[in-house]
Amino acid sequence: MTVEPIALRKKGSFDVPVPPPNILRERGQQQMFCGLAGIIWLHRKMTDAFFLVIGSRTCAHFLQSAAGVMIFAEPRFATAILEERDLTGLADPEDEIEAIVARIIERRPDIRQLFLVGSCPSEVIKLDLSRSAKRLSAKYFPQIVVRQYTASGLETTFTQGEDACLAAIVPDLPAEKPHDGRSLLILGSLPDIVEEQFRRLFDALGIGPVTLLPQSRSADLPRVGPRTHLLLAQPFLAETARCLEQRGANRLPAPFPFGVEGTTLWLKAAADAWGIDEDRFEQVIAPARDRARRALAHHQRRLRDKRLFFFPDSQLEIPLARFLSRELGMTLLEVGTPYLHSGLLAAELSLLPPTTRLSEGQDVERQLERCRASRPDLVVCGLGLANPLEAEGLTTKWSIELTFSPIHGFEHAGDLAELFSRPLARRDLLKVGP
Amino acid sequence: MKLAIWTYEGPPHIGAMRVATAMNGVHCVLHAPQGDSYADLLFTMIERNRQRPPVTYSSFQARNLGQDVAALFKTTLSQAYERFQPQLLLVGASCTAELLQDDPGGLARALKLPIPVIALDLPASSKKENWGAAETFYQIVRHLADIDVRPTPRIGRRPCCNLLGPAGLGFRHRDDAAEVTKLLAMMGVDVALCAPMGASPADIARIGRADFNVVLYPEIADPAARWLERTFHQPIVRTVPLGHGATRDFITEIARVADVDPAPALLADPSRMPWWTQSVDSTYLTGKRVFIFGDATHAIAAARVAHDELGFQIAGLGTYNREFAREVHAAANLYGIEALITDDHLDVEARIAQLQPELVLGTQMERHIAKRLGIAAAVISAPVHVEDFPARYSPQMGFEGANVLFDSWVHPLMKGLEDHLLTMFRDDFEFNDASGPSHLSQHRPVAGGPRPSSDVRPVWAAEAERELGKIPFFVRGKARRNTEQFAIDRGVAIITLGTLYDAKSHLAG
Repeated sequence: MTVEPIALRKKGSFDVPVPPPNILRERGQQQMFCGLAGIIWLHRKMTDAFFLVIGSRTCAHFLQSAAGVMIFAEPRFATAILEERDLTGLADPEDEIEAIVARIIERRPDIRQLFLVGSCPSEVIKLDLSRSAKRLSAKYFPQIVVRQYTASGLETTFTQGEDACLAAIVPDLPAEKPHDGRSLLILGSLPDIVEEQFRRLFDALGIGPVTLLPQSRSADLPRVGPRTHLLLAQPFLAETARCLEQRGANRLPAPFPFGVEGTTLWLKAAADAWGIDEDRFEQVIAPARDRARRALAHHQRRLRDKRLFFFPDSQLEIPLARFLSRELGMTLLEVGTPYLHSGLLAAELSLLPPTTRLSEGQDVERQLERCRASRPDLVVCGLGLANPLEAEGLTTKWSIELTFSPIHGFEHAGDLAELFSRPLARRDLLKVGP
Repeated sequence: MKLAIWTYEGPPHIGAMRVATAMNGVHCVLHAPQGDSYADLLFTMIERNRQRPPVTYSSFQARNLGQDVAALFKTTLSQAYERFQPQLLLVGASCTAELLQDDPGGLARALKLPIPVIALDLPASSKKENWGAAETFYQIVRHLADIDVRPTPRIGRRPCCNLLGPAGLGFRHRDDAAEVTKLLAMMGVDVALCAPMGASPADIARIGRADFNVVLYPEIADPAARWLERTFHQPIVRTVPLGHGATRDFITEIARVADVDPAPALLADPSRMPWWTQSVDSTYLTGKRVFIFGDATHAIAAARVAHDELGFQIAGLGTYNREFAREVHAAANLYGIEALITDDHLDVEARIAQLQPELVLGTQMERHIAKRLGIAAAVISAPVHVEDFPARYSPQMGFEGANVLFDSWVHPLMKGLEDHLLTMFRDDFEFNDASGPSHLSQHRPVAGGPRPSSDVRPVWAAEAERELGKIPFFVRGKARRNTEQFAIDRGVAIITLGTLYDAKSHLAG
């Protein structure tokens, strides 16, 4: 299969909410992470930030289980574990937090921003972290900014932790200055290498200045206002996008930059806002786009017509399913997402095959029954389900890798396809069995 | 509040899961918020289990808080019962649900299920994982043991015992149980029941038929064994057969309790460890200063092996589980040192840095501390990572366990010695980095790793070279090589960013 050049649509046409076809809304037992997981990649991206979770031993245990070996590299995150005396009111939580923060800052004097991160336990006992954040901000001004957000399982699922964190930064973004021209704000943490690839393309197109949220250093917060054009690099940032729009930013509707089509349309949304003509656009993106097509060709044979089942995890599922079906010819059986924001995903939904079964939320036992019954060739799921499904003879792709690997843009389109073709290749290769 | 980056133990409900996962026919329903199901991956990934742990979570979210959440728990419970048809249900709450007013036990009783339901009280802010496992196992034994079941008269049968303690996510529990079973068989003693690992509720009901109990892991089995001793008068064998000497003591104790002859097992002793440690090769181990930290059972046993069987000097000894602080203090006294009882890894790090031992025996955390300090290390206790759930047979207990201990503790020291010698002779003309291994002299590598062979070497443009630097180090060498070969094949003299990415897309897949 070759990827045909797609007709580019005019700006704004994606904004029309498309009613999601065949959507199944389920509630029940969930097999997903809470938003605390976001800390694991956010702290790598925001190099002068420290994340202090106010929670329980469970929160600390989760972070260390999810962070794997990273925990040992003197990470910039920790948990203030609530003890009996905190729960019985014997200790003043604000004093306790203050003492712990003092210890952290003593150990890490390089910290410039500190996040107090709410968890399920801290929410249930109604700890007011915003008061603590204000008090600490005043105490450490101007050396350190202290912010707070919640990433509890009660409120957030996995990548929504990044949304909650970034939304907490938005009020602190400086306003545009009167003489500022238009700017492009790319929203969502991306691996450094991807960030630079996009910067080069925007430079070549003459689009700029380009700013980023999150920034690697807190001193570089982007300015925001009515001349800010907002391009989302990740689909799970609905709340942050809303906050930025409230501050005047104009969101450029586009699919997300996965694969040739997604990346082209994503760049095109910015190019149209800057009035870049078609020829120039074509000339700039052609080399990288053609490389991406060649890279995808390596995986098309193995993936074409393979039947795919997505368990919900990160909200990346719908854009990735669109990429896998349109550019690699995979057949979508079910695409599960923890949360479906039909406004942000309008452009994506219009590109999905209309027969796709979408599911939002989860009742994991029933979803497993549907999965087993449909005998997919490939199941995308979390680590709690992957090995058990493999043991049942299904081939799986564990989904967390999709949030940690560089997968955006033209240069990683082949890598992204490989993440899905590798488990199938391995299954063909191995000559072991029961 | 207590500042924690690393925790040695999870919360107590993880302990309950370790017991439920180890058993057959048991299902655990946890009242827990969405997100707490992360714990499943410890079992499916670290222990590499083929099945999901038999645990169902109520997965409540903010919108359920209030009246709704108790109803949600009841629904979850009845659905789990219908779906899994277990012989025994455990119900409990994780830390967040513990703060709510719902009573999982009461809600479960209201359902009047036709199977035993045990309500677990798991105080998350004061207790931890090992306590949770011990409490869960104790409750199961107490609720299910049929007090009318007693051993049959000894006439005409072999003595039999229960092996208590092996559980899910236990450090080498799988192979320890196998090794100890072999050892007992050598003595003519049968294992009536191994629990919780592999046991069903019906098996637990008949726990009283054994003549005595062998406690392999006191952290998990001690409360249950004490109750069995009181209720069934089953004696407890407390010697843990970790190390060569302890294994021989274990045989002696079993022989006394089971009333069998220890001589055949002691004479058969197939261990290679005593000769390995006596051989002249091991002389340099004498007086090596070792720091030991872990769960109490493994730490105390490791100290004895290190001191009596390898000839090390014990520089430090400690544990993270306070429940066994007394035992560890007593053991430390034997070596004339002060025990370190803490669950704060920063305290452990400070002590290791201060003592500067030559070898660290500890958990995964001590392995990393030692790496940072440049000290040799081996893992002797949980918490451990996936590499310490090996495919190969590698018990810690019994005679084979002693062999395993010798190899796994001495290897890092030999590695350290080798590294030291290599550094010392680094400037030697025939022993430097560029000359490569002597037995591979015909494949002498070029400095900087393998390169494609060509007379015309392509040059890297500065921008491309910088981009290459952003590629993770473990694939950078391959990327460099592939790109250069790609450039050579096409007669490209200067590698630009474009060439780098052209090569990447050409070679994808």
